[in-house]
Amino acid sequence: MEFLQQLVNGVSLGSIYALIALGYTMVYGIVKLINFAHGDIFMVGAFIGFYSITILDLGFFPSLLISMVTCAILGVLIERIAYKPLRNATRIAALITAIGVSLLIEYGVIYVRGAQPEAYPGDLIPATSLDFLGVKVSSQSLLILGTSVVLMILLQFIVHKTKIGKAMRAVSHDMDAARLMGINVNNTISATFAIGSALAGAAGVAFGMYYTKIEPLMGIIPGLKAFVAAVLGGIGIIPGAMVGGLLLGVIESLVSAAGFSLWRDGVAFVVLILILIFRPAGLFGKNVREKV
Amino acid sequence: MNILKHAKGFWSSIVLAIVFGVVMQFLITGEIINFFYVNTLYFIGINIILAASLHLIIGITGQFSIGHAGFLAVGAYASAIITMKLELPFAFGLLAGGVAAAIAGLIIGIPTLRLKGDYLAIATLGFGEIVRIVFLNIEYVGGASGMTVTQLTTWPWLFGSILLTLIVIRNFTNSTHGRACISVRENEIAADAMGINTTYYKVIAFAIGAFFAGVAGALYAHNFFIIQPTNFGFLKSFDILIFVVLGGLGSMSGAVLAAILLTIVSTFLQSYPELRMIIYSLVLIIMMLYRPQGIMGTRELTSFFKIGKSAKGGVNDDSKHTVA
Repeated sequence: MEFLQQLVNGVSLGSIYALIALGYTMVYGIVKLINFAHGDIFMVGAFIGFYSITILDLGFFPSLLISMVTCAILGVLIERIAYKPLRNATRIAALITAIGVSLLIEYGVIYVRGAQPEAYPGDLIPATSLDFLGVKVSSQSLLILGTSVVLMILLQFIVHKTKIGKAMRAVSHDMDAARLMGINVNNTISATFAIGSALAGAAGVAFGMYYTKIEPLMGIIPGLKAFVAAVLGGIGIIPGAMVGGLLLGVIESLVSAAGFSLWRDGVAFVVLILILIFRPAGLFGKNVREKV
Repeated sequence: MNILKHAKGFWSSIVLAIVFGVVMQFLITGEIINFFYVNTLYFIGINIILAASLHLIIGITGQFSIGHAGFLAVGAYASAIITMKLELPFAFGLLAGGVAAAIAGLIIGIPTLRLKGDYLAIATLGFGEIVRIVFLNIEYVGGASGMTVTQLTTWPWLFGSILLTLIVIRNFTNSTHGRACISVRENEIAADAMGINTTYYKVIAFAIGAFFAGVAGALYAHNFFIIQPTNFGFLKSFDILIFVVLGGLGSMSGAVLAAILLTIVSTFLQSYPELRMIIYSLVLIIMMLYRPQGIMGTRELTSFFKIGKSAKGGVNDDSKHTVA
């Protein structure tokens, strides 16, 4: 039963990773940039959620919505100001800029409100737990899982059934050809950043609900791990990010269940290095031959 | 004749550097400059070694590594074990720090250097984190609370290490091997086609860079009384990265200058750590937007004085900046 219990915990944690990983994978798929600032958008989302719950006295879902919208705006702003001028620059220049933006957000938040952590109120939803085959599933994990599943289905719908989703797929396939076909590439890229950042904002609120403690540097490690999840599933592939996130969450929970909780943070990176060595295209990816 | 002239410049700069080192030694022992400035000086020295070692990996070979603090940590802990646990002299500690880091560089380099660009960056980042977590979990070196180290770093050791680092990296860059590394940076596929064993040169550059980072780690550990895994996180790697990027990818003197400048700036901003990071990150973003080649580009300081016209960092033309 202990094993099953850990599996349930792992899935809750994994769904948060999956939500963040989706943003990474979408942005990478479209502009080939590792958006290091993504983990910090996740952090901002957690804080927006916290303030709308405590100051504006809103419930879980309105806070989630506010956080998602704010993060979407923030994501688009970052893209327009920092990444757009670098679209034709070297990949390394873009990567360094992304690291710079990430640090700017982290220390900007610390500068504005201080580095002290905050605690999410625990009485937001009734704290009951379901007994299922002897496994305790708390209402919070159910809520988080439900929210992420709904958001993922929504994302799949947007990507596959709407016009903007079609444009996104076209741009990620071939940016120049898409432009020739009359697709507004800049707007499509902004939309990608908006959707990815909104998902990160939702993940931030979910993380706050689940772990209660939030602080300005909380985005670094989950952000990196979500990136690992995206690579694990095959970067640029949306279902890959979902599976990768869930898988990583389960792996981490099982490692801490096995008594190596201090090593938990290291496991993700071991997984990363192994996957990069043995299957760099990820679980769902296809190997693409390099052309000169 | 030309070679002789070139060598003359080289030897005269070494003599000049040694004179500077001896003068500084007298200033320090005579307590003419106070403790605060001496400490800053040590800090600058360690950062110069780190910047030069990362310059070899990123600037010359074009391999984007953002886990350099991992090698620093390996060197720091290895040397601390040698001097504190085994009670051997500091010289062994320095050497052991370098060798341990170089071995770590080989272990991480051989599998990951097959990756390119972003993937390599992430893999090295992951490696840096793994090193930190490993030290966090080893009780022998104190775990999270860290390890106390007596202060053994003195100016002669530090200055000797800086001189050695700069000479080795400079001469490596100007050698056949260095030119092979530059060709890997400029175009890996073309270098491969020219018969250069790209993997070999990438690993060599990585191991040498790691070696000097390890030496810097040994000096670092024996200067700060205590080493903790938290000192070697992602932010430390980033600190080193910004020296190289700001100075100019491919310019050793640029990296050294940036290391000196930024260390002084951060010493003055020590009481406002957030502000320091905000300024750093803004500088980085603005730099990438408006001058992605850094302050010096790929040029060296000497090229301004027309002493050694032998394009050390490769192309001497700013407009042809092609790092990565």
